[in-house]
Amino acid sequence: MAKLELINLNKTFTPRIVPVKDISLSVEDGEVLTLLGPSGCGKSTVLRMIAGLEEPTKGQILIGGRDVTYLKPGDRNIAMVFQSYALYPHMTVYDNLCAGLRLKKVPQDEIDRRITEVSHILGLDDLMQRKPGQLSGGQRQRVAVGRALVRRSDVFLLDEPLSNLDALLREHVRADLKQIFSAQNAPVVYVTHDQTEAMTLSTQVAVLNNGYVQQLDAPENIYNHPANQFVAGFVGSPQMNLLTLPCQGNHALLGDFKIPLPDLPTPPPSVVLGIRPDHIHLLEADESTDRPILKGKVFLVENLGMNNLVSIRIPNSQGKAIVLRALLPPATWANRELTFTLPPELTHWFNVQSGDALVRRS
Amino acid sequence: MSTTLNPDSLATPAKPRKLTVGTVLFWLAVVAIVVFCLAPILWQVLTSFKVNEDISAIPNVYFPTRFTLDHYIELFTRRPFMRYVFNSALVSVVSTVTCLLIGAPAAYALARLRPLGGRIIQAGILLITLFPGILLLQGLLEIVQAFHLGNRYLSLIIPYTAINLPLTILVMRSFYEQLPRDLEDAARVDGYNTLQMLTKIVMPLTLPALVTTGILTFIFAWNEFIFALTFITEERLKTIPVASAQIGGTSVFEIPYGPIAAATVVGTIPLVLLVLFFQRQIIQGLTAGAVKG
Amino acid sequence: MTATKVNTIQARYRRTGLYLLIPAIAVLLLVFAYPIGRSFWLSLFDQNLGTGLEPVFAGLNNYDRIIGDGRFWQSFWVTTRFTVITVVLELILGMGIALVLNQAFRGRNVVRTIAILPWALPTALIALGWTWIFNDQYGIANDILLRLGLIQEGINWLGDPLTATVALIVADVWKTTPFISILLLAGLQSIPGDLYEAYALEGASAWQSFYRITLPLLMPQVIIAILFRFAQAFGIFDLVQVMTGGGPGGATEVVSLYIYATAMRYLDFGYSAAMVVVTFLLLIVAVVICTVLISRYRSRTRE
Repeated sequence: MAKLELINLNKTFTPRIVPVKDISLSVEDGEVLTLLGPSGCGKSTVLRMIAGLEEPTKGQILIGGRDVTYLKPGDRNIAMVFQSYALYPHMTVYDNLCAGLRLKKVPQDEIDRRITEVSHILGLDDLMQRKPGQLSGGQRQRVAVGRALVRRSDVFLLDEPLSNLDALLREHVRADLKQIFSAQNAPVVYVTHDQTEAMTLSTQVAVLNNGYVQQLDAPENIYNHPANQFVAGFVGSPQMNLLTLPCQGNHALLGDFKIPLPDLPTPPPSVVLGIRPDHIHLLEADESTDRPILKGKVFLVENLGMNNLVSIRIPNSQGKAIVLRALLPPATWANRELTFTLPPELTHWFNVQSGDALVRRS
Repeated sequence: MSTTLNPDSLATPAKPRKLTVGTVLFWLAVVAIVVFCLAPILWQVLTSFKVNEDISAIPNVYFPTRFTLDHYIELFTRRPFMRYVFNSALVSVVSTVTCLLIGAPAAYALARLRPLGGRIIQAGILLITLFPGILLLQGLLEIVQAFHLGNRYLSLIIPYTAINLPLTILVMRSFYEQLPRDLEDAARVDGYNTLQMLTKIVMPLTLPALVTTGILTFIFAWNEFIFALTFITEERLKTIPVASAQIGGTSVFEIPYGPIAAATVVGTIPLVLLVLFFQRQIIQGLTAGAVKG
Repeated sequence: MTATKVNTIQARYRRTGLYLLIPAIAVLLLVFAYPIGRSFWLSLFDQNLGTGLEPVFAGLNNYDRIIGDGRFWQSFWVTTRFTVITVVLELILGMGIALVLNQAFRGRNVVRTIAILPWALPTALIALGWTWIFNDQYGIANDILLRLGLIQEGINWLGDPLTATVALIVADVWKTTPFISILLLAGLQSIPGDLYEAYALEGASAWQSFYRITLPLLMPQVIIAILFRFAQAFGIFDLVQVMTGGGPGGATEVVSLYIYATAMRYLDFGYSAAMVVVTFLLLIVAVVICTVLISRYRSRTRE
């Protein structure tokens, strides 16, 4: 097993199309690194470069200290699970599993031993003589995972392996995947645009956008302490409220209300405030607080089942009314006047220009 | 919402249901197409089974009462027609297989591997699909003479292979481009090199495309005339089209129409069978080859 | 970086790609490029019975000869006339057949099969069949026309310059219309049906929707079909060779027949090479015109 390192990776297609600008990462044995980002952020390109299906324009890829940047995919000792599974349609499940091993001239009894082991883990025993066309989506996915596992590779790469499963199955398989790959004790790189997968499966998450790593952190830090406005907005559902507000001294002006800024060397002229809808704290009628109180009127209620997503309009005598969205328990919220506070420990502040968090917490 | 405003509509894909003037016209058109395409063939088939008196009867005999196999028997006994069939089949099959063996990898290279000069090669291939055989005849004849290939199957196999290569490459390329890329990526990760991937993954998966292309190639090779006429002069090596065209009587005035008709039928039967069984593939192949241009 | 580029993955694929292309390119060069290049070279020489079949440099003499060669221009005119008439007829008929075959009706697959049959059959054999149909004594063409009362006595179809041309055109139209209808049918099937529905809702007649939607959207296929057919018809050999042999009196002698005779019968290799070159250049001009037309058409529809 071997550590995976990416050093200053850059991929340039044309001078104007640069999907990966400068990415450095490392993944240790037993770690699951998730590359998370919107489509076109470069996450798939990074994965394909690790696999050797694309080559970087600049930079280096090391596996266990060995430079594999320009090695053929087959010589890197990696295994990959594809989004479409990419099972060979004309081969049986058994042949699909052992195709790679046969090419590496692994002895037949060793091949059979590994396949038995993997098929036991994944429950493929009854499917061995079938062809991919005769399998359900879930079964195909398991075969694809199996094909990666029998390789006993140094690095495992998973490219949105769950996105073709229906929602129910996905949750189930997600848990299985976590167990299976943590047992491998090898670096795992997982690409997804689904934040739930990223949060549940990974030890580290790299949020990518625009060819750069926006934040590389443990999943809970990505959620609780987004490093910049992009991460804050991308991670979490419903999306975090992000409001650009003018400042006055040590306060930001949210409509007609004043919110104290955190301790800063010099107070900026304006600032971006971020607060997740589920962190907005509604004040009960008899509740008292020493925090600044905000008031607004509900103008839209979206029923999400377990909760209601409530849009609140906050009056602003300086200009346009400001809208905040809050996640509240089901009730008849329509047209009600609400009183609430924004808990300071759950409020995020970002630089208006750079989008970076003003306060770095850990 | 049905679009059957006009069942005889020139353009809308519509299903004629009620018996209207339009429906009648439409079915007349269908019948006309069938008659147009089949009548000349059927007349030839009919002629081949008629006895000589009926063939040369005036006015023509449309519904003969006497049928004979004499013309066919004559073909196979008094002439080496079995031999011609064999020659045609051999030359067509070998050139088809060679063409696929050479053309499929080339098509794959153009579709996926982005070789240097690929675009120019592609444009060149498109261009030469348009060259009629007569332009090549003289130069090929020199090559045939220089390598003493005259009256050898090779003198036909090589040009047939070459003439079918452009179509093969264009059609196969369009099929390869439709192949999901992930499969080839998975094969690379599994450690297949390009050649292994072609033979173990890509070719087996595009077998239907190979069949389609092979059928077209076979048809062209079976039908070719001008090279077969020029490079093969020895009687027992001739192919069906040339041999049939050269069936003559003992004198100018005695043209053996019966055997000629029978020869036409024998020479076309393999192709009729191909069309019957592979209609869909032929249409698919022709359009894939042409539309891509 | 540039030093290692030779061994990058992409570069290796490219190299493999080139290896895979080499056999095909070699065969194509041998069978296409060499003969045509050789014709260019040979056209500058006299090589015929007069020179004892030895090449003697003659400069542009052969081209000079072509300009003054009435037989060449005659065959050129015959070919052009044949090409234009057949291609136009085949386009019209092919379009009609394609429109019919594009409808949904019972037995459509059978009719489609029948409709591609003529294209698949060997031209030389088909030519034999048509020779028989147009036979002056026993031919069914005469018989039908006589029975319909359209003619009073049998026509010697292949023995008269005009009717021989007509017979050739009929045979060629029969043989190659299916090819055009297949191409056009594929084009028709790629036109989304809702276009017609939308247009029909606006009250368009069938003819209007054909003229305004089908025809413009089919234009690329039409141009491709014209180009293909133009090249093929211009090089036609087997049909004419079998049906008329260029006769009567050279009235149906097409360019390829004349070239063939010059090379194979008169053994005038230098001169036939010059004619090959001229024909080749004419084809190239046609290709260029069509390519320009297509690309202009495509860029116009894209905007």
